[in-house]
Amino acid sequence: MLSIKNLHASVEGKEILKGINLEIKAGEVHAIMGPNGSGKSTLSQVLAGNEAFEVTEGEVTLNGENLLDLETEERAREGIFLAFQYPVEIPGVSNLQFLRTAVNAMRKHRGEEEMNAAEFMKLAKEVSKQVDLDPSFLKRGVNEGFSGGEKKRNEIMQALLLQPKLAILDETDSGLDIDALKVVSDGVNALRSEDRAILMVTHYQRLLNHIVPDYVHVLAGGKIIKSGGRELALELEEKGYGWLGIKDEETADSAAN
Amino acid sequence: MATTDKEVNELIKREYEHGFVTEIEADTFEPGLNEDVIARLSAIKKEPEWMLEWRLKAYRRWLEMDEPDWAHVGYPKIDYNSISYYSAPKRKEDMPQSLDEVDPELLKTYEKLGIPLHEREKLAGVAVDAVFDSVSVATTFKEPLAKAGVIFCSISEAVRDYPELVQKYLGTVVPHGDNFFAGLNSAVFSDGTFVYVPKGVRCPMELSTYFRINAANTGQFERTLIIADEGSYVSYLEGCTAPMRDENQLHAAVVELVALDDAQIKYSTVQNWYPGDEEGKGGIYNFVTKRGACIGKNSKISWTQVETGSAVTWKYPSCVLRGENSVGEFYSVALTHNYQQADTGTKMIHLGKNTRSTIISKGISAGKSSNAYRGLVKFGPGAEGARNFTQCDSLLIGDRCGAHTFPYIESKNKSAIVEHEATTSKVSDEQMFLCRQRGIDPEQAVSMIVNGFCKEVFKELPMEFAVEAGKLLEVSLEGSVG
Repeated sequence: MLSIKNLHASVEGKEILKGINLEIKAGEVHAIMGPNGSGKSTLSQVLAGNEAFEVTEGEVTLNGENLLDLETEERAREGIFLAFQYPVEIPGVSNLQFLRTAVNAMRKHRGEEEMNAAEFMKLAKEVSKQVDLDPSFLKRGVNEGFSGGEKKRNEIMQALLLQPKLAILDETDSGLDIDALKVVSDGVNALRSEDRAILMVTHYQRLLNHIVPDYVHVLAGGKIIKSGGRELALELEEKGYGWLGIKDEETADSAAN
Repeated sequence: MATTDKEVNELIKREYEHGFVTEIEADTFEPGLNEDVIARLSAIKKEPEWMLEWRLKAYRRWLEMDEPDWAHVGYPKIDYNSISYYSAPKRKEDMPQSLDEVDPELLKTYEKLGIPLHEREKLAGVAVDAVFDSVSVATTFKEPLAKAGVIFCSISEAVRDYPELVQKYLGTVVPHGDNFFAGLNSAVFSDGTFVYVPKGVRCPMELSTYFRINAANTGQFERTLIIADEGSYVSYLEGCTAPMRDENQLHAAVVELVALDDAQIKYSTVQNWYPGDEEGKGGIYNFVTKRGACIGKNSKISWTQVETGSAVTWKYPSCVLRGENSVGEFYSVALTHNYQQADTGTKMIHLGKNTRSTIISKGISAGKSSNAYRGLVKFGPGAEGARNFTQCDSLLIGDRCGAHTFPYIESKNKSAIVEHEATTSKVSDEQMFLCRQRGIDPEQAVSMIVNGFCKEVFKELPMEFAVEAGKLLEVSLEGSVG
């Protein structure tokens, strides 16, 4: 489904990604782990099309189509979804209005009829329950005054509504207490399906106890330096990033988790 | 980031929709202003002697006044003798007696603007007075309003038919000498709307005036007077558009509102005068004096404005809160783009006991425009227990525009309370990225974010117009993603 070949990307002239190669097939769940500053978040932003990052080399295809030629919104309509690490607030725009606009943009792209307010309300209420968000959140401004955990649940709710082909989760576990982590993980697990791929970016292993990946990759210095199965994450937890010769000031914390 | 700027710029570049010119034969005065011109204007309108005297008095006063230069705007000096002070579509005799006698070209013009005047297509529940250049061409729903006792007609008719009411109130809220543009308007005002709602009557429908400037080199000087008698209620809306022309045109209106005991006036404006082109050429100079007097106890005047047009806007809809417990409100969205300049805000003058006022101002600047909020909150010695709440928010789109806030507070009463909040924010790259990542077009994203920013003001607009205002913002923002 997603094929990344020799991807280089930089921000403000500084190269962050230095040749990423990755193949993700439908139905698979991949985890990208790595210390802070390794380029994990950059990879997710580049895939989603954040134009603050410049792709200097390499190619990315989604089901054979050149992803890098597409605008951000076109990639989204082709099925790329990014759950943000720090979801931004949009004051005065209700969550419901925002979500319906997004869902209808996708439907329009697929040649389907747009959903009216009543139909959408019904659907949104159901999905909000799935991530344990009170339906009153639908009426509030997008992420306006939401706690960290509520913002993350709101992101997963969006993924459930938009039903993407490739869901990229950027540090979705950060800032979550154990109960919230469970809710978010349940939401992500509900997304798992034969025709959908999931790419999780995380610093810590603990998320992978809840969402069990098929593959684990270690990103350091802008390159994938090791790939393996589920056991690689466990090994990392035990030995820390230092085991792979990577400096990480948070390795100690990660081991403690 | 580069994306947002590009998108915003494209959004803002959308063209002005109402820029067409109606080809119609018109009687237009030669440019120039003197006492003879005023006398001719008054004669054409078949005005009584007192009205001409009133105008001449204003003119003589105006000659001694200076054009204000304190606003945060810049424009070349206006030559008041190069403007034509009267232009009206030609017609057979006198006023048209019914819509059938109105020139079909005019009806078409208003239809094109989305304001059908014809009986069968009239806007449901909204009575319209259509003012074309210097004259009112049609007023709808006159009869049902008359049944309720509501007078809704052009000010020219009111001068002839209801001289007592006009004489009693005209110039009481905005006197001749109030300011330069009000003085000029008092001398040469050509038409406008008159509304009188009698005691205890709740006006059965929304009233509105649609102003259209068509002729070249003319100024539009309309005058509106609305009187809400004891215990009455009226909601009034005005809309404005003009053709695209390379030269600037002057619009200097005066609006006076009078609310007696327990009366309420809700006045909403959707201003979409031609703003000039991308290079800042052409556009309307919108120099307007709007003021309401809450003279009765428990009276209330509420201004809501959505200002998206005009090259230069100089406008401060205000409330003089004389009656005890009277309430003044000002809700404003002002959007500037390209080279537009706006200096707008309000004055809340608290004179009576326990008077209250609320000011919510939302300024949006895009392109190379400049947007200033200027507001005065004043408490007189008698304003025991009075209070004001002011909130001024500015939203910047791109990095070449400016937003300024000039709040003035004067208090002569120690018990008065004033609260002021101000914020400035940007349509951020992160917000744009979030919206686009969810599949939303950049244009739609900006308009959604801006609409969200304006929500508190839009909810004050009558339902149908809130939707219009949202759309108008979208159009005005075209090409603003940048």
